[in-house]
Amino acid sequence: MTFTIPIDNGDALKNAETDSQRTLYPYVTGTSIVAIKYKDGVLMASDMGGSYGSTLRYKNIERVKAIGKHSLLGASGEISDFQEILRYLDELVLNDNMWDDGNSLGPKEVHNYLTRVMYNRRNKFNPLWNTLVLGGVKNGQSYLGMVSMIGVSFEDNHVATGFGNHLARPILRDEWHADLSFEDGVKLLEKCMRVLLYRDRSAINKLQISKITEEGVTVSQPYSLKTFWEFQAFHNPTAGAQGSW
Amino acid sequence: MTKQHANWSPYDNNGGTCVAIAGSDYCVIAADTRMSTGYSILTRDYSKIHKLADKAVLSSSGFQADVKALQKVLTSRHLVYQHQHNKQMSCPAMAQLLSNTLYFKRFFPYYAFNVLGGLDENGKGCVFTYDAVGSYEKVGYSAQGSGSTLIMPFLDNQLKSPSPLLLPAQDAITPLSEPEAVDLVKTVFASATERDIYTGDKLEIMILKADGIKTEVMDLRKD
Repeated sequence: MTFTIPIDNGDALKNAETDSQRTLYPYVTGTSIVAIKYKDGVLMASDMGGSYGSTLRYKNIERVKAIGKHSLLGASGEISDFQEILRYLDELVLNDNMWDDGNSLGPKEVHNYLTRVMYNRRNKFNPLWNTLVLGGVKNGQSYLGMVSMIGVSFEDNHVATGFGNHLARPILRDEWHADLSFEDGVKLLEKCMRVLLYRDRSAINKLQISKITEEGVTVSQPYSLKTFWEFQAFHNPTAGAQGSW
Repeated sequence: MTKQHANWSPYDNNGGTCVAIAGSDYCVIAADTRMSTGYSILTRDYSKIHKLADKAVLSSSGFQADVKALQKVLTSRHLVYQHQHNKQMSCPAMAQLLSNTLYFKRFFPYYAFNVLGGLDENGKGCVFTYDAVGSYEKVGYSAQGSGSTLIMPFLDNQLKSPSPLLLPAQDAITPLSEPEAVDLVKTVFASATERDIYTGDKLEIMILKADGIKTEVMDLRKD
């Protein structure tokens, strides 16, 4: 179903609050997030790039952050909107702590909150241009879910945003199984991230894998994947197409 | 200055099919569990069926964010109703509420294609079918969603509904037994899965009777 909303920027002189405040398109963007449930909790992988269109502007952006005691939030899309969401969540977690009642927000609750926030912004035609991945563990229960910029949300054993949905999900559907060990989980995520590195133009070879278990959150140091470029076909790419042009 | 057009749509179609069949003392509500976007599958395990009241179960396909919001609004309204009337809403009452809720957003609709199934005040099965803006009708059976065009003609053939124009009004409730109706539902979904790319993965069937709700899950083709 195609649907375009004409946005009238209005007369900036006469109309004080013009639509120039609305998001039209993203500027600095992060690419895929890939996440899986494993034996002890959830593993989430992301690279550290922030693209400005086709320019690789930022190479040290952390796109996965801990939320409260029980959750990890990964974001792809507009980085500034992600930072805005982190501010919303800061307030949410703060208010939750202020009750001082021993209860703390679990991943289900945070996911629900984010879904409501994203949906509400979509209703006002001013979306937060992100696809979010929310993973966590509370009381032994692992949780992994996703929310898109228009508020579509779901949970599953493995999720991926952007290109990850096309390239990583098929690998995960084939090779994910319940109760993966930490090592196997990391190997599986690295396999997905390697494919993304080869095929996603906005991916960079500097990634972090974050882990959340009942004990808490660990974010790995940034590291790179081994890649192989020595295929014969790449050595002499025009071998099969001789000609004057 | 030319009008700026948005390059994003507030709507998406997450696909899927919902069916409901009313019987003399039961109601069968079924939906597949695939959630898609464009040509991708987001998840194979998403329930489109939502119990609103003991005797009213809603199944919706379309844009899942709107469907979820709609379910929340109706659940919330039902809770208030229970506080005020000290009883659960009947299925016909919920049917009217759903219609009103949908029309309330007539100029920015919930992109949800609904089928409401349940038992009426006499314990007979009832099915209500809707469009996105609240136009509704009590019927004996209905299909909504991406596979509806494949399923509805077959249900028409098998359930031989009398014309709603007849006088005196004749019931469209099927004389089929509950196991026969469930079997028919499984058949139509297996068929729709073959030809509709947005339908598949698993089939969730809810059977509502006076003594409670039973749920059954069947595998469908995953391609």
